[in-house]
Amino acid sequence: METLFGIDYPTWWFLVVGALFSGYAILDGFDFGAGAWHIFFRRESSRQTALKAIDPTWHGNEVWLVIGGGTLFAGFPVFYGTLFSAMYTPFILFLMFIIFRGISIKFRNMEEMPWWRKMWDWSYSISSIMLAFLLGVVLGNILNGMPLDENYEYIGEGFFEFLNPFSILVGVSSVALFMMHGAVYLLLKTEGQLYNRVQGFLKKGMVFFIVSYLITTIYGLMNLNHLLLVFRENQILFVVPLLVFLSIANVPRLASKEKYGWAFIFTSITIALLLVIVAFELYPRLLWSNGVEANSITIYNAAASTKTLKIMMGFVAVGGPLVLMYSYFVYRTFWGRVRSDSEGY
Amino acid sequence: MDVEILSRIQFAFTVAFHYIFPPLSIGLGLLMVVFETQYIRTKKKEYEILAKFWTKIFAITFGIGVATGIVMEFEFGTNWATYSRYVGDIFGSALAAEGIFAFALESSALGILLFGWNRVKPWVHLLATWAVFLGSMFSAVWIVVANSWQQTPAGYHIVGEGMQARAEIVDFWAMVFNPSSVDRLTHVWIGAFLAGAFFILSVHAYYILKGRFVVMSKKAFKITLVVAVIASLMQLFTGHNSAEGVAVNQPAKLAALEGHFDAEGPANLYLLGWVDKESQVVTGLKLPGGLSFMLHQDFEAPITGLNAFPVEDRPSQVNAVFQFYHFMVAIGMFLIALSLFALWHWWRGTLFDHKWLLWTFVLTAILPQLANQFGWFAAEMGRQPWVVYGLLRTSDALSKSVHANQVLFSLFLFIFVYGILFILFIYLMNKAIQKGPSADIDSGEGGLNRDIADVISKQ
Repeated sequence: METLFGIDYPTWWFLVVGALFSGYAILDGFDFGAGAWHIFFRRESSRQTALKAIDPTWHGNEVWLVIGGGTLFAGFPVFYGTLFSAMYTPFILFLMFIIFRGISIKFRNMEEMPWWRKMWDWSYSISSIMLAFLLGVVLGNILNGMPLDENYEYIGEGFFEFLNPFSILVGVSSVALFMMHGAVYLLLKTEGQLYNRVQGFLKKGMVFFIVSYLITTIYGLMNLNHLLLVFRENQILFVVPLLVFLSIANVPRLASKEKYGWAFIFTSITIALLLVIVAFELYPRLLWSNGVEANSITIYNAAASTKTLKIMMGFVAVGGPLVLMYSYFVYRTFWGRVRSDSEGY
Repeated sequence: MDVEILSRIQFAFTVAFHYIFPPLSIGLGLLMVVFETQYIRTKKKEYEILAKFWTKIFAITFGIGVATGIVMEFEFGTNWATYSRYVGDIFGSALAAEGIFAFALESSALGILLFGWNRVKPWVHLLATWAVFLGSMFSAVWIVVANSWQQTPAGYHIVGEGMQARAEIVDFWAMVFNPSSVDRLTHVWIGAFLAGAFFILSVHAYYILKGRFVVMSKKAFKITLVVAVIASLMQLFTGHNSAEGVAVNQPAKLAALEGHFDAEGPANLYLLGWVDKESQVVTGLKLPGGLSFMLHQDFEAPITGLNAFPVEDRPSQVNAVFQFYHFMVAIGMFLIALSLFALWHWWRGTLFDHKWLLWTFVLTAILPQLANQFGWFAAEMGRQPWVVYGLLRTSDALSKSVHANQVLFSLFLFIFVYGILFILFIYLMNKAIQKGPSADIDSGEGGLNRDIADVISKQ
């Protein structure tokens, strides 16, 4: 198999897709978090400010989902086909909530009637929470594995099978993680009374995350043996969970000093590291086959041709810096706290 | 109903609904760029107001377009898993390229376009408007390339057999510039310009009729009319090129478009008609041998008809394909006639003197939308029974693990949610149009920023 710097192309592509979804989780993650907290703000002005904190940039964040989806489709078509058709109903619901999240932000302020705004506030918060939860459920099921046949087709029971305890726990943990992450982001964008209120949210968010993360980890360790294989074989890898621990521990430490810029960096690193653990647990697999293990989807049996992967590497090499440049420019334009006067920014 | 028909209905419904918005975004984007460029060049307030007003309308369109577009990207995986595996190398690459090279540009720049009026220098804002417009044009490139490859596959080879068979790229540029890409892309682009231009003409004609924002509206109307004249005439050429391409590359589709059954005879050109598939008779107004003439400049030239193909290899809904195609052409002709007629009145200095002409423009906004929809229906139904022409049948492309009740559930959900979206879209559009561009003047410096972010609306 052809390699680039000693690494084969499917592995490169595994890294690219992983990086894109990590980027998506970090960026849209704080949008989800801000959305989840949205309904807990009582005053109209607080809701306005919280909304304005993400309004100019969430579109750009959602791009990472679109790019991630495209690169998954192109790079690992077999996995893309199996995953989305197997988890048909969860993904359809995910798409519905993506729609509602977007239009809630767009439409909320187009009318002044209180019932109108209340309706979109609820729709925005519920969508954000459900999106975070469903992403977790999908991740949980990827880790959990599912029954596959020799054509890598899903042969299980469907919807309720995906609501297994482990996946629900991962779903709840991801809601908690994004709520913590989103609260930190809001602290960077707000001031005054609202800022104090969000500080309270962050405390709750951190407790919520640490508790749910511990429960999920313990449950996973007790019930999903295959996840530990790679760590048993390469004990040096235990350094990654250690780093996760340190990274999480840093968040309350920095929060207590009100260093939210750094706290944001560490919530982002936590998200990335958790996905690094997932990557180690899976690699070179993409989806465990429960039952006949030979039917597992791996980066090798799911990958597009090497030629396609090379072309796509070219896309990423050229387009990646462009995308980062656009993002940098937009974030720089809207840098700083949302002013609470009527100008917005 | 079985999974196949439900999945086809769902895909058709979601993509048709989605396609209301992107052409409008592209077309409005073009005129936004024109208005704002004029503003930067001339510093005239009215161009600024026009640019901001149409940006506001654009924001509604773009938002729904994105929301319904993300659905499309993942629906290939949910409902068409076998297809996804088969074409992932090719179709997936085009989608990924769309995300990286087009969607990222438009979505990032959108933040500046909507919220950046007071945050960046005017020329930077203009740059953002251009970026959004060009991004949406590039999006069309990759989406049309992906779809054109399904119509006229090129630059690939097939590896594996049965369930494991897949198309892999052999020549990337041959895949991108497959035989129908360029013709169809130009046709799609100009269809989008028409959707945007006639929408703007409609709104400004309405203002003129109601005696609101008259001076500004007349100016906008004239600028947009120029776009409409050029675009509607160009559409004739791109349409003709597309039809010639279909004749060469997808003869069964061409035969269905014109209701031509005879395996090897001269073919008629119908202005309108009705196709009876059973008796293979087309009743209607025709130019005998017209299709032969159009393609070969000879009224007697033989054209391959539907009977030259085995029944299982030809489109089954011949009359529907015929009707969609002919309505599209008829609308195209009407748009040319209307815009030229208006141009003639402009030349005579009587453009705004006839109420009925302005009312015609008000109502015409819907027609390019219908033509875009009909064109796609003809193109996609005419491609049947193939999902990838000559390679993969639609019935073989489904997700094997998805059941009919799941698709029925999701179809109802889509109908329900998109129904709400459509009502909201009409309501908010109407509201923004009734309010009109003047609101932006009142809000003074804040301009659009205040309006869209609607910054609290002074509670």
